[in-house]
Amino acid sequence: MPEALLEVRALDAFYGDFQALFGVSLTITAGEVVAVVGANGAGKSTLLNAIAGLMAARPDAVLFDGQPIGGKPAYAIVTRGIALVPEGRRLFPSLSVEENLAVGGQLGRAGPWSLARVYDLFPALSERRHIASTALSGGQQQMAAIGRALMANPKLLLCDEISLGLAPIVVRDIYSRMPAIVAEGTSMIIVEQDIMQALGAAQHVYCLQEGRVALQGTTATVTREAISAAYFGV
Amino acid sequence: MDWLNTIVQGVLIGGLYAMFAAGLSLIFGVMRLVNIAHGDLIVLAAYLALVTIETLGVGPIASLTIVVPLMALIGYALQRVLLNHTLGDDLLPPLLVTFGLSVIIQNGLLEVFTADSRRLSAGAIEVATWPIANGLAVGVLPLIQFTAAVVVIGLLQMLFYRTALGRAFRATSDDPRVAQLMGLNNHHVFALAMALSLAVIAIAGVLLAIRTNFDPAIGPARLIFGFEAVIIGGLGNLWGTLAGGIILGVAQAIGAKLDPGWQLLAGHIAFLAVLAFRPEGLFPRIR
Repeated sequence: MPEALLEVRALDAFYGDFQALFGVSLTITAGEVVAVVGANGAGKSTLLNAIAGLMAARPDAVLFDGQPIGGKPAYAIVTRGIALVPEGRRLFPSLSVEENLAVGGQLGRAGPWSLARVYDLFPALSERRHIASTALSGGQQQMAAIGRALMANPKLLLCDEISLGLAPIVVRDIYSRMPAIVAEGTSMIIVEQDIMQALGAAQHVYCLQEGRVALQGTTATVTREAISAAYFGV
Repeated sequence: MDWLNTIVQGVLIGGLYAMFAAGLSLIFGVMRLVNIAHGDLIVLAAYLALVTIETLGVGPIASLTIVVPLMALIGYALQRVLLNHTLGDDLLPPLLVTFGLSVIIQNGLLEVFTADSRRLSAGAIEVATWPIANGLAVGVLPLIQFTAAVVVIGLLQMLFYRTALGRAFRATSDDPRVAQLMGLNNHHVFALAMALSLAVIAIAGVLLAIRTNFDPAIGPARLIFGFEAVIIGGLGNLWGTLAGGIILGVAQAIGAKLDPGWQLLAGHIAFLAVLAFRPEGLFPRIR
């Protein structure tokens, strides 16, 4: 068993008095792609936000490279090499496309990704680099959001609902670039409601249901029936 | 020629108002904080310059080398220690806290420096003029002040749109939560913005104190001038803010020319007219 890059151990998360995650555990090794699927409100985004430092967590509930990082502020976690593509893309509206990418890379972490490499991956952005990020189409905005996260040269890329609000053809187009990201040795956790896309890209799948892991296994061994059962809790 | 003279003087004083406004607008733009203590911080800078001048025996312009970094430091500390804790979804806490700060600064200055009105003396340059035409002369000092304002606003504009720090300011202003994901610590970014704002204030405060008498109570009126210049020019546009300052200065000069009692009134009327007919300001930022 190779060394874990990220280990989530019995993570609980709360919004005020409301508990969103109950003892969630998850492991990802270097270079691996993990899919986290589940219905709306199952706690998928909460899990990513807790890993990225946007939510409070017990220090030893999140281990990255063997170090406890749970509850550290988001700006400290990204310096260690975890970047989040937030749900709904959340580009900076008053910045141009290129400025959005540059802000993602402002920490100057060494690694394979640079402005030029991101434009190679998403040529559509290259042509529109100087326009306002709000003028991009939904798919291009998603590309810019992924590019912005890659600019931090993360060891682990967290993708929250990349397919949200996008046409199927655009979703397929974006997912077709994923192998190029994984080829650089970047690990990924992909949160999706679109199960087929997520399973196609990942080696391992976790199914969340009401804040708990209802099912997990390699994508090769977990059947669609089992996922449906875990997804809907029937 | 008399009227032209009035307008020129108004334009020149407008630069000073624009500098008051630029610091105010910068803070509001980056962190949605309305700094009620802004005017009193201008006066604080003037007193810091006074102390520097009296202790070191330097001139007011040279005192800027001490006062500007000192005010920036005060700004950074003020934001980290106090103001960051007031920020949130609600606009009211920062308003109340900076209002309290305004009272504290005014009374603190009153305690230390008394209510006597003071002035920074810049020597012969204060009365030097530069004759442009028959009957029209421009004071060298007002011209220096105006030039300083244009340079400061030009530099701020460049900083905001050409540098990594400016990008960080704009990103944090857009979406502070997501900006953290880029490695930006909001508290540090906000503190840098406040430091920059108070550095601008320091320049404005010293230039103001060379031009007019000051005492601990004149801060709030400078705050109003700053507000008015921002609103006239349009929020979020620094060159618009310069224009706003100039319009305010010219209105005041014209008012004063008609009747010395009308100086402030004319400025307020110009401001209210803009608010009534173009509430978004004359040059709002186009997105």
